[in-house]
Amino acid sequence: MAVIDLANPTRFLRIVDRILPWLIAATVALFAVGLYRALNAPDDYQQGATVRIMFLHVPAAWLGMFGWALMSVAALGTLVWRHPLADVSGKAVAPIGAAFTFICLVTGSLWGRPTWGTYWVWDARLTSMLVLLLLYLGVLALYWTAEEPGRGARAAAILSLVGAVNLPIIKFSVDWWNTLHQPASVFRISGSTIDPSLLTPLLIMALAFTLLFVSLHLAVMRNEILRRRIRSMQLMQAQEVHA
Amino acid sequence: MNLGPHADFIVAAYAVTLFVVTALIAWVLLDYSAQRRILGDLEERGVTRRSQRKG
Repeated sequence: MAVIDLANPTRFLRIVDRILPWLIAATVALFAVGLYRALNAPDDYQQGATVRIMFLHVPAAWLGMFGWALMSVAALGTLVWRHPLADVSGKAVAPIGAAFTFICLVTGSLWGRPTWGTYWVWDARLTSMLVLLLLYLGVLALYWTAEEPGRGARAAAILSLVGAVNLPIIKFSVDWWNTLHQPASVFRISGSTIDPSLLTPLLIMALAFTLLFVSLHLAVMRNEILRRRIRSMQLMQAQEVHA
Repeated sequence: MNLGPHADFIVAAYAVTLFVVTALIAWVLLDYSAQRRILGDLEERGVTRRSQRKG
């Protein structure tokens, strides 16, 4: 099947109905293994048991950024190819990305208090992540408040592309500025600095959260397609009444 | 499993994550059920999409 076939909403709904149960089953299985490994992981030699917050915080941070990257690609589809499914995808990912960014900020704050002695500092990494959450809320506001859905979609797509500038700032903030937040420790050219006993559960949890993210994205896209179908049916019905 | 002196912070982090993820899932499921119900009502009343109309 060609990728372009997925761009047909009816075919897309059929595919989602078929793969969603398998995705959910894989997500549940991975969370079962990941949580077991995470909660039974050894304490960190410096941070003690609080290192267990990493298994939530790091995947949430990755997915908050991944969500915005996905929204930027969808924005190109909306603005350049004007494909309705691209807008459906962008609109669907916004609340999920916002939720994961929120989880990242809250768990980071709860990890920061016992580790750094403070819930919050205005350093580059934390601030750029907060900016990401505010950008997500901006996109959601554009979708929810636009009187005409097409205009809201275009405005949200533009904000998505502009906001993508924040992604490299988040990623490299710990290298460009002197921050309280630690530098990259998983994906590094010289290899991860995390011990395998903590890295393995982290990667399993990251995969579980990613599958959860994808499952939620597909489910929200399905809801949005149904919502638009209903809207077009109601408009047609109203036109017939007035004709 | 001993969560040490900072157990409250660890439990709070897991609780917040569980709450947010559960709320997201509940929102998706409730929205899906609402959309299916509205779509079903419209189809029952004979309202169809343009692409489903013949002639």
